[in-house]
Amino acid sequence: MLLETRALTAGYGQFNALFGVDVTLDKAETVAVIGANGAGKSTLLRSITGVLRNAPDMVLHRGDPIGALPAHLVMQRGIAMVPEGRKLFPSLTVEENLRIGGQVRRAPGPWTLDTIYDLFPILKEKRQMPGTALSGGQQQMVAIGRALMSNPEVLLCDEISLGLAPVVIRDIYAAMPRIKDQGTAIIVVEQDIGRALAVSDRVYCMMEGRVTLTARAAEVSRSAIHAAYFGEAA
Amino acid sequence: MNWLDILVQGVLLGGLYALFAAGLSLVFGIMRLVNLAHGDLIIFAAFAILLAVSTLGLNPFLAALLAAPLMFALGWALQRFVLNRVLGKDILPPLLVTFGLSVALQNGLLEAFSADTRRIPAGPLESASLDLGIVTVGWMPLLTFLSAVLVILALNRIFYATALGRAFRATSDDPVTASLMGIDPKGIFAIATGLAMVVVTVAALYLGMRANFDPSIGPARLIYAFEAVIIGGLGSLWGTLAGGIIIGVAQSLGAAINPEWQILAGHIAFLVVLLIRPRGLFPRAVD
Ligand SMILES: Nc1ncnc2c1ncn2[C@@H]1O[C@H](COP(=O)(O)OP(=O)(O)OP(=O)(O)O)[C@@H](O)[C@H]1O
Ligand SMILES: [Mg+2]
Repeated sequence: MLLETRALTAGYGQFNALFGVDVTLDKAETVAVIGANGAGKSTLLRSITGVLRNAPDMVLHRGDPIGALPAHLVMQRGIAMVPEGRKLFPSLTVEENLRIGGQVRRAPGPWTLDTIYDLFPILKEKRQMPGTALSGGQQQMVAIGRALMSNPEVLLCDEISLGLAPVVIRDIYAAMPRIKDQGTAIIVVEQDIGRALAVSDRVYCMMEGRVTLTARAAEVSRSAIHAAYFGEAA
Repeated sequence: MNWLDILVQGVLLGGLYALFAAGLSLVFGIMRLVNLAHGDLIIFAAFAILLAVSTLGLNPFLAALLAAPLMFALGWALQRFVLNRVLGKDILPPLLVTFGLSVALQNGLLEAFSADTRRIPAGPLESASLDLGIVTVGWMPLLTFLSAVLVILALNRIFYATALGRAFRATSDDPVTASLMGIDPKGIFAIATGLAMVVVTVAALYLGMRANFDPSIGPARLIYAFEAVIIGGLGSLWGTLAGGIIIGVAQSLGAAINPEWQILAGHIAFLVVLLIRPRGLFPRAVD
């Protein structure tokens, strides 16, 4: 297994946000994690990336325990993150924001400044502007490009559609197949269930810190998701 | 003494204050850490240079070149093993630790070198001057000023034209997101403090060649450095140079009116700038 959480329990100080979460991600697979506000989706990604540190064997990468590694070492293993709220660096231009994504780790692979400008042409025009001067959708493109610059093996996306207009979301999701085609394994966290299912092979639904549904995206029924999402009996 | 002369001397003096302040400004800009031992570290470096000059018979500039990598290592280790542990949301622990370091450094230097005042011998350079037609300037103040400009140019170049500088700025913006880029914020902080100590070595070289020093005068240098940083706007390196120059010119003007007013005039200039621009002359846009 490429990436795996085992009985992952995580939280903030005294407060527990995840209660024994098991999630797996296979090579070249795309997995959606859906769930309502506060379900623990971002906490799951923060635990994988090492922003939240846990017991070592709660997160495994290629079988190695990485649950206690600090974030920069997790990233250097090829696990890149598009954080919730984009989090561009305000002091950096668009191009510098992209470059910094591949500054410490750059595995051989398809993604370079040129191929990212090819994926999101508007960024090339705006490359000298401060990242934060862009529209929300363009900022999201920078955040995705920044994560791709390291040619990651695993890409984690936390609510990339958050706060964006439907047309902009469509443009951004249009890039997903090209990222998948490079063999990158992806976890997409989303509240937009339709979007998430359309790009994914499998789906996990979370509620109040637990996984309430695991299914193949193509087979899952609306009513099963509804039940898992809101906690009602199916 | 004519007014132009006073102004020029003041600007050149500002170079020395900018050198005192540049390291402080660098560290504050990257990790919002105020190092209360900064002045004492300058004195420490001055003693290190003096030691190399007196025992190895080196030229002071060569001695500083030798001291610089050692000071880098010291700064790196200080950050890595001490300051990184106390950095956090609460600003008090780092203040207390650096205050303690200041006291420890003063006492350590007193123990090692006694309370006698010293000076780094610079030979004929000490009194050499350059006639520019309308004004005559000492080589030493001129070199100090040029070094300050060079130091700030170099730091700016590192900040805006290198991968390390990009990591400095990103870490300063948001250390958590920087760590998602594979950058170790604590490693970046250690490099930044190491770099600040190289600047401290340059400051120590000129301080030690231009004036008498003893183990107790660090905190007084720290005040000028603080004032220069704050006048310039926290975190702006060119602002720090401007701040140093404002204090230097104010002191030089004050001294021309009455020698007893020199120090006071610098402090008054500081307060006046703060009254007019509470965030300093060139505050950083983000913060
Ligand atoms: N920094 C934090 N400190 C304390 N509690 C937090 C923190 N971040 C999240 N929480 C709490 O942890 C729980 C899970 O939050 P999390 O952000 O993982 O949810 P989420 O599924 O990502 O929600 P959203 O869809 O709103 O992003 C929530 O109850 C939230 O209030
Ligand atoms: Mg979230």
